[in-house]
Amino acid sequence: MSVKVTIDGIPVEVEPGTTILNAARQIGGDIVPPAMCYYSKLEGSGGKCRTCLVKVSKGSEKDPRPMPKLVASCRTTVMDGMEVQNITSPEVIEARKGIVEILLLNHPLDCPVCDQAGECDLQNLGYEHGAAKTRYEFDRRTFEKIDIGDKIQLHMTRCILCYRCVFTADQITDHRIHGILNRGDHSEISTYITAAVDNDFSGNVIDVCPVGALTDKTFRFKNRVWFTKPVDAHRDCDHEKCNGKVTLWYKGEEVLRVTARKDKYGEVEEFICNTCRFDKKQTSDWVIEGPRKISHHSVISSNHYEFKPLPVVKTNPVLMEANKEQFERDTRL
Amino acid sequence: MARKLLLTHINVPGINTFDVYRSKGGYASVEKALKTMSPDEIVEEVKKSGLRGRGGAGFPTGMKWSFLAKPEGVARYLVCNADESEPGTFKDRYLMTNIPHLLIEGMIVASFALGAKTSYIYVRGEMMPQIRILERAIAEAKNAGFLGKNILGTGYDLELYVQPGGGAYICGEETALLESLEGKRGNPRIKPPFPAIAGLYGCPTVVNNVESIAAVVPIINEGGEEYAKIGLGRSTGTKLISAGGNVKNPGVYEIDLGLPVEEFLYSDEFCGGIANGKRLKAVVAGGSSVPILPANLFLKTINNEPRLMSYESLSDGGFVSGTMLGSGGFIAYDEDQCIVRNTWNFTRFYHHESCGQCSPCREGTGWMEKVLHRLEHGHGKMSDMDLLVDVSKKIEGNTICPLGDAAAWPVASAIRHFRDEFEWHVTNGAEAVTRNFGLAHYADPLPKKEETVA
Repeated sequence: MSVKVTIDGIPVEVEPGTTILNAARQIGGDIVPPAMCYYSKLEGSGGKCRTCLVKVSKGSEKDPRPMPKLVASCRTTVMDGMEVQNITSPEVIEARKGIVEILLLNHPLDCPVCDQAGECDLQNLGYEHGAAKTRYEFDRRTFEKIDIGDKIQLHMTRCILCYRCVFTADQITDHRIHGILNRGDHSEISTYITAAVDNDFSGNVIDVCPVGALTDKTFRFKNRVWFTKPVDAHRDCDHEKCNGKVTLWYKGEEVLRVTARKDKYGEVEEFICNTCRFDKKQTSDWVIEGPRKISHHSVISSNHYEFKPLPVVKTNPVLMEANKEQFERDTRL
Repeated sequence: MARKLLLTHINVPGINTFDVYRSKGGYASVEKALKTMSPDEIVEEVKKSGLRGRGGAGFPTGMKWSFLAKPEGVARYLVCNADESEPGTFKDRYLMTNIPHLLIEGMIVASFALGAKTSYIYVRGEMMPQIRILERAIAEAKNAGFLGKNILGTGYDLELYVQPGGGAYICGEETALLESLEGKRGNPRIKPPFPAIAGLYGCPTVVNNVESIAAVVPIINEGGEEYAKIGLGRSTGTKLISAGGNVKNPGVYEIDLGLPVEEFLYSDEFCGGIANGKRLKAVVAGGSSVPILPANLFLKTINNEPRLMSYESLSDGGFVSGTMLGSGGFIAYDEDQCIVRNTWNFTRFYHHESCGQCSPCREGTGWMEKVLHRLEHGHGKMSDMDLLVDVSKKIEGNTICPLGDAAAWPVASAIRHFRDEFEWHVTNGAEAVTRNFGLAHYADPLPKKEETVA
C-alpha cells in the first residue's frame, strides 16, 4: 500500500510514513529541499534548522485544506493525495532566503581559511538560496576555544547548532559526553567539564557536521579539499560496527585524510571507526577500489562537471520556469 | 456587579485552608463527579460548557480532552501548566496563592474524567511560595480522603504531585513542559505527535492551564449548559484578567467574557481608568506576545463597533487592526509611555527566553533586540523599521513552537501602529535617550470615560 504525493507538480508513490523530504529525494533534482540538520541515518534528527520548509498546498485526498504554515519537510509525513510546493512557491523561496540569512548571522564567512570549505553544506546553501549581502551590522558572536581531545577540533564560532553531532554521539557511540549548554543564541556545544571526546566512533561527528565546527585535527590546514584526489577504498576492519569502507583523500602519493563515504546528499553511507579514520594513512593499509565520483554541485568537482539534466524537468512547464536558473547554468556548462 | 465563579470566596479569611474551603462548599464537584458521573459524562459536560483553554491559545478544552488516545494498559496523564511566565500575566499565581484547593479540586475531577492515575502540577521554579502552598493543600486534601487510594470510597486512585520547573518561559509551551517534567532540557518537541497521542513518558497526556482546570469545578457544580449561558457566542464563561500597566486599580479581575473593554478599563469595579488622570495611549490585551493596539483601535473595532473582552471581538480585524485575548494579561499604557522602549523590553525578554533549538528564533530574536536597542538609544536608522518588520516576518510561523510568533507579533504590530514614534526616535536621537517617553499624540481620541462613570 503506497501513498501518492505530488511535489512541485511531479507525482511520486512512496511508502506510508515517508517524510516529504524523503519523497522529494526519491524524485531527485532541484525540487529536493535543502537540509542542514536532518540526517537520515540519525533517528530524531531534523526540524531545527528550518531550511527545508515547504508549502503544503493540499493536505490530502480526504482533507484537501492547505496547511496554514510552511512545514518542515524533514519531519512531516506524507498523506495520500498531498500536494507540496518547494521551488514553485515564492513563499518558500522567500522564507528560505530569510533562513539562510539568519543562519549566516553569526556564522563567520571565513571560508578561505576554513577546513570545511568546498564540502560545506552551508556554503552550498548560501550559494543557492542566499542573498549577496547581509543586513546584519552588529558584532558576531564568538567563543573561546574549547579543547575536546586530540583528534577533533571544535570551532564553536562556526556552529549552527544543528544537533547532528549530539545525535551521533547518542546513537552511534557508546556514551555521549558532549551536548548543548545555555539557551538561545548563547547556546554552545561543549563537553562535560572539559572531558575529551575520545570514543572509538567519535570521529563520525566530523563527518556529520554540516559546517566547519568540528574538523579533523590530523587534516587541518594540510590542504584544500579541491586539491586532493578522492579514492574509494576498503580494508578488513576488526571493529564490530565498522565495515571499513572509506574514501581516501590523496595529495600526490600521500593519504591526507580518511573519511566515510558520503552520498549525494552529503550523508555518510556507513559510519567508520576511529582506527580507520585517524590511524590508517598508508596506501598499503587499504584495498583501492577506484576514483570517487563527486557531485557536480560540489566545488571539489570544479572543471570536471557531470551534466545530467532530469528528464522529468523538461516536461513540466511550471518546473521549467522555476528551474530556469539551473537550466541556464547547465546549458552554459 | 460581575458574577464570580472562580473567585467567589477569594476574600474569605483562611480560604487557602482545607477546612474553610470545604465549609464554603469546596470539593462538592469531586463528590458529584466521582459518585454520580462517568468520565465520559464529565468530558461531555465540559464540551457543553464551551470552555476554551485559558492559557492563551483558546483551544476548546472539551475537544482537547476527547482527543486523548485511550489505549489499553497504557498510563494516561493530566499535567497542569502552572509555568505562568508571560510578561503582564499573573492570574494563575494569584489563584494558586489565594485559593489553591480550587485547582486541586479541578485536578481531581479532570484526572478522573481523563482516567489519569497520576497527575502533575508543573509550577514555574521561581514561584516557591506557591509551590509550598500547593504542597500543603495537597497534603490536606489527601488527609481528608480526596487524594490517594480509593477516593471517597469510589475505587478511584489518584496521586497528585507538584513539580517545580527550572524557571524558563519556554517550559510553558506544552511539549517543552513535558520534556522538562521528564527531567530533560526544556526544548519544545516537534509536532506531530501531539501530547494527546504521545506526551509524558510517551503516554497520552493532556496539558491544561491552571485557570482552565479551575473552571472545571463550576462547570461540574452548575452544569455545562449553565456555564455556557455566561459569556458571548463562542467565548463562554468567565475569565480572569490580570490588569496592569498604568491603570488606576491593577489586579486580577474575573469578568464575564463579552464585557465591553471600555467598561473593563474605565469602571471603578475593574481597572478604574488610567492612573494620574492621564490619557490612554495603547493596550496590550492578552500578555506581551499579542499585538499591541493604539487606544482608538482598542476601544472600537475598525467597523466602529465597541470592542468586547472576548476571543472573537478582540481578534476582529485580524492582526491588521485587531489583537488577541491570549492569556488575559491586560497592560494599559498612558500617554507618557514609550512604545519603542516597551517593544525593546519585550524583545529583550523573548531573546533571553528563546531555547535556541531552531534557527529563526535563536538568531532572529537577538537580531531584533539589537536593532531595537539601537533605536531606543538614539542610534537608529530610518531603514530599521522595515528591517524589523522583515525579520519578524522571517521568524513568524517558521519556528518549531509559538515562541517565534510571540516574539514577532509585538514588534510587527508596534511598527504598524506606531511607526511615527519609531521615526521620531531616529530623527530625535538625543531627546529619545534623555526623555525616555514617547510621543503623546496617540492619546485616547474618545472623551475620557472616567468622568462620565463617576
